[in-house]
Amino acid sequence: MGTYLCPDCGYRYDEAKGDAHEGYPPATKFADLPDDFVCPDCAVRAKDDFINESTSDSK
Amino acid sequence: MKTFTVQDPNKGQIVYQDRKRYLWLASLFYPMAAFSGIALYLAFGSEAWLAMPLLMTYGGASFFDWWFGEDKINPPEEIVAALEEDTYYRWLPLLTVPMHIVVLLVMAAFVGTHSLSIPGLVMVALSAGLVSGLGINTAHELGHKKTKFERWMARIVLAVPAYGHFCVEHNRGHHRHVATPNDPASSRLGENIYRFALREIPGCFKRGWAVEAERLQRLGKSTWHYENEVLQSYALTAALQIALIAAFGWIMLPFLAIHNFFAWWQLTSANYIEHYGLLRKQNANGSYEHCQPWHSWNADYFASNMLLYQLERHSDHHAHPTRRYQSLRSFPDLPTLPNGYFGMYMVALIPPLWYFVMDKRLLALPHINGDLSRVNIDPARRTEMLERYGSGAPLQAA
Repeated sequence: MGTYLCPDCGYRYDEAKGDAHEGYPPATKFADLPDDFVCPDCAVRAKDDFINESTSDSK
Repeated sequence: MKTFTVQDPNKGQIVYQDRKRYLWLASLFYPMAAFSGIALYLAFGSEAWLAMPLLMTYGGASFFDWWFGEDKINPPEEIVAALEEDTYYRWLPLLTVPMHIVVLLVMAAFVGTHSLSIPGLVMVALSAGLVSGLGINTAHELGHKKTKFERWMARIVLAVPAYGHFCVEHNRGHHRHVATPNDPASSRLGENIYRFALREIPGCFKRGWAVEAERLQRLGKSTWHYENEVLQSYALTAALQIALIAAFGWIMLPFLAIHNFFAWWQLTSANYIEHYGLLRKQNANGSYEHCQPWHSWNADYFASNMLLYQLERHSDHHAHPTRRYQSLRSFPDLPTLPNGYFGMYMVALIPPLWYFVMDKRLLALPHINGDLSRVNIDPARRTEMLERYGSGAPLQAA
């Protein structure tokens, strides 16, 4: 279970928690989010832009 | 005057005083300008006074934008965290919400208890609508924030102008697709505001509804579920406006229709001028480059920004949508409107004047430099625009 950070606004997607408001139940993998996923808070960064916080420098 | 101080590891002690801290009270209290017409009418008896809020806002704000000019001061980046945490700034837009409700109730009560001529009624309804348009701006500031409370307050204030789909649509639709041909809320070169309105108003309604329906579908809930945030706001609108009809009779129907429409028109005007002709580059995979500051028309004019929670610093807003009004920045060399929003709203009403003022500014932007392939062009007028402004070759060397 990892966390993924929006590089613009700091929204954090935590796979363990999911995102109840957006309809992603706990344990939803980041990879399983829809391809057109955008940051739920700022909407100006897409899935590809999110930073995987469990790896040092990869997106 | 409050002083912000931080110790920066590289720059040492940074001290900042926000000159605008208490001037933001103007954004909180300006909705009461709606009462100026009524007060002058009651004092002097002529219905002509009822046009005062419109004159004050369109005429007055434009004049003071010209008079005071631009304000390009930015808070130091190191101070922004403290500025954003300061609860004083957070309270102002929240307190503006009840202000908008009170204005509509008072204006409706005035119409319901005075026999006005038709022009008099129209002036009061337009004045109320103008202020409820500012309410959409209040919702805009609150709806971009991350707390549930601020987002709820945004839905409540959107109920006043009957525009409950705005926040969902704006955040997840407009911001994502801004300055692309896919966005009904980004105007195109050669598109006048009237044709734009016919694309923008229904287009945004449909997209807002679709975005919320999609979210509810993921939650396994019906589109008509009470958690639908668009419906929540519409329900408040229905309660508010039906109560006004019950209290003051059928005169409320034309009053509310004009009020609602003119509030929407304020947003349409803003959308029209904020991204006219601007276009993000498309990547090889079909997606668009991130929204950059030059994908919005910016306006740093002091006077109207004080009435709009700095909405006109639009370039930074679109580049970083969750930034709060008090920390939005001005940047050098941005696409810049020649007057504040209210002045440009008036220019937009006369399409030939709008094209005269704006088309040359658009084509002269450094990232466009006459290259029409970098411009969002109205497809219905593409041939005409290519003929008028050249075939895509740069107008001149930069």
